[in-house]
Amino acid sequence: MTASPATFRENADAALANERLQTALAKLPGGLVAHRRAAVAAVPEFETLREEARAIRDATLDHLAAHLEAFETKATAMGSVVHWAADATGARRVVTDICRAANARRIVKGKSMVSEEIGLNAHLEAQGLEVIESDLGEYIIQKRGEAPSHIIAPAIHLTEADVEADFRSYHMHLPADRPLPNPESLVSEARGVLRETFLTADVGITGANFLVAETGTSIIVTNEGNGDLSQTLPRIHIVVATIDKVVPTLDEAMTLLRVLARSATGQDMTAYTTFATGPRRAADLDGPTECHIVLVDNGRSDMLASAMRDALRCIRCGACMNHCPVYNAIGGHAYGWVYPGPIGAVLTPALLGIAGTSHLPSASTFCGSCEAVCPVKIPLVSLMRTWRERAHEQGTGSRTSRALLSLWAYAATRPALYHLLARFGVAFGGALSRSKGRFSRLPIARGWLRDRDIPAPQGRTFQQLWKETERGVPR
Amino acid sequence: MQAPRAGLFVTCLIDLMRPSVGFAAARLIEEAGCKVIVPERQTCCGQPAYNSGDRATAKALALQTVRAFADCDYVVVPSGSCAAMLKVHYPRLVSNEPSGIQSEVADFTAKVHELCTFLTSIRPLTKVPGRYTGRVTYHDACSGLRELGVKGAPRRLLALVPGVEITEMTEPETCCGFGGVFAEKYAGISNAIVTRKADDATSTSADLLLAGDLGCLMNMAGKLTRDGRPVACRHVAEVLAGELADPPIGHRPTDVR
Repeated sequence: MTASPATFRENADAALANERLQTALAKLPGGLVAHRRAAVAAVPEFETLREEARAIRDATLDHLAAHLEAFETKATAMGSVVHWAADATGARRVVTDICRAANARRIVKGKSMVSEEIGLNAHLEAQGLEVIESDLGEYIIQKRGEAPSHIIAPAIHLTEADVEADFRSYHMHLPADRPLPNPESLVSEARGVLRETFLTADVGITGANFLVAETGTSIIVTNEGNGDLSQTLPRIHIVVATIDKVVPTLDEAMTLLRVLARSATGQDMTAYTTFATGPRRAADLDGPTECHIVLVDNGRSDMLASAMRDALRCIRCGACMNHCPVYNAIGGHAYGWVYPGPIGAVLTPALLGIAGTSHLPSASTFCGSCEAVCPVKIPLVSLMRTWRERAHEQGTGSRTSRALLSLWAYAATRPALYHLLARFGVAFGGALSRSKGRFSRLPIARGWLRDRDIPAPQGRTFQQLWKETERGVPR
Repeated sequence: MQAPRAGLFVTCLIDLMRPSVGFAAARLIEEAGCKVIVPERQTCCGQPAYNSGDRATAKALALQTVRAFADCDYVVVPSGSCAAMLKVHYPRLVSNEPSGIQSEVADFTAKVHELCTFLTSIRPLTKVPGRYTGRVTYHDACSGLRELGVKGAPRRLLALVPGVEITEMTEPETCCGFGGVFAEKYAGISNAIVTRKADDATSTSADLLLAGDLGCLMNMAGKLTRDGRPVACRHVAEVLAGELADPPIGHRPTDVR
């Protein structure tokens, strides 16, 4: 997809003015956030689980290469073909070659963020292949020509009414006067339309939530069963996954699954948790005849060796964005690339470079809600701050704000000068505003003042008054 | 026995905008049996630099602050975010410095306490000077809450104020949208966030919205006054100390509440 993090401010303004989007976003606190709260409250050991999950992910990253090789060996022994792709171009080429070799025409897809990251759909379509998303949310936004606005709920920016209107215009073969009164009826309609796709697709492409090294298994979690159909009905199954998805053992995968669904949707487990190990065996009734696993690096090795390593612990639950006040205000599209919210503010600069993406780590209040809910305890605020430091070092950002920061720093590191300037400043500011109690207009801080007042200073500094008090002058 | 020397870290916002909060804090610290010291070599905790990516300035301000309070037994901070900066982030800023500087900073951070925590856990008060007849609601400012665990302390202290009725917002722990420079740099987003906070505070029918951080309070007060909402804002220390002679934040001198 086209990246537009550079126009974050404009994207955000448009999002704030978009009433339909605001209606959709207003459901987050009572939805995913409330569901997670209830699910976590029901598990007294949840904090212990978070710590275990963090430790599992850290230990895996410590020996990532070894675990990946172990996975490759086992998956190969189980009949899968493992491919390595250094970057997006390589990954697209591997997938295209597999499809070509199989004379494939139609591809059905399960939800996969890495396929968004590498721009897989557009590439395959350009090669003349038909690609159909089977996750309901992805199906909806594919039809609309949009990108996902959330990593687990890609169409969260839409309302039921939007989807109903879309379905009436897309599914013209169905009776125009059919009732579509609720989400269930929309799901059921999509299911009916997609059924034929599953049965006629040559290739099924899915992502992986985890890759288990000891068994050569890929695990996906879904609530619609579309992932299962995508990976069992077509004759070829391709798993596309980044290298950080590997987990050493099934036991460890279980711990991660326990925190994943609770953090993501507030479910104990998703409706389907599906383990796929190799192609169909002789006695199997169904399953693909070929299973390919494409391990994509695309910047992860560099991250592993960088200050951003902790971000590789991410298991893509989306809790950080659900709990982020900024995400709640503007939704995912404003972030301008595949991964929105706090994790996106860390990942996007790591994968695309900080030049052009520096708004993302900058546009945070550092409230820390993301860190507080992250199931693998990624220090998101610290990582965003590290990006701000990089941006500062490289001199990106507005010259005016850098100049103001330097002036302020000059004074703040010279206490006597600072206190003198402060006295004059607040005396002046107080004289201007004290009778009104606040500033409603000023030649500075226009952004703030558009919708808010600035409270007036009381007119003298605390240091000044305290000195007088100590000298016996009553305040 | 001599009273312990409690250094008041005034915070730049209280120094500049609302010295009455500093006096309220000083009064409470004295109630707790300490002698209040206000070092003149303090300015700002360094957060504006730290959160703008200017680590060098942040470190310079950290060392300036640490040294300003060298002769104090305690360092008390009437702000959760400045307290977290001093206590949690200063050690990170000097993590690559020689061990002498690191231990100087470690000695300092051990003495640092957010005001309400100080008055409940370190030098607990059983009564406070303030009295206030009315309904208040309390906003848990983010840094204090999530970095220092300030949650029960202000509420326990408010329960000591005769006449105060505490009523909770639906989401007292949700950010107000201030975030320092964020509030101006991404003003539209900041406004959207504070709008929800203002709605939440208004729906409690409280007459005062309290918090332990002046930055957040100025943001929330600025929104509430602009929209003509009935809720006024004060720092929690003002109510605890009975320092109510000045009008609420952002109000006219005639609007005493």
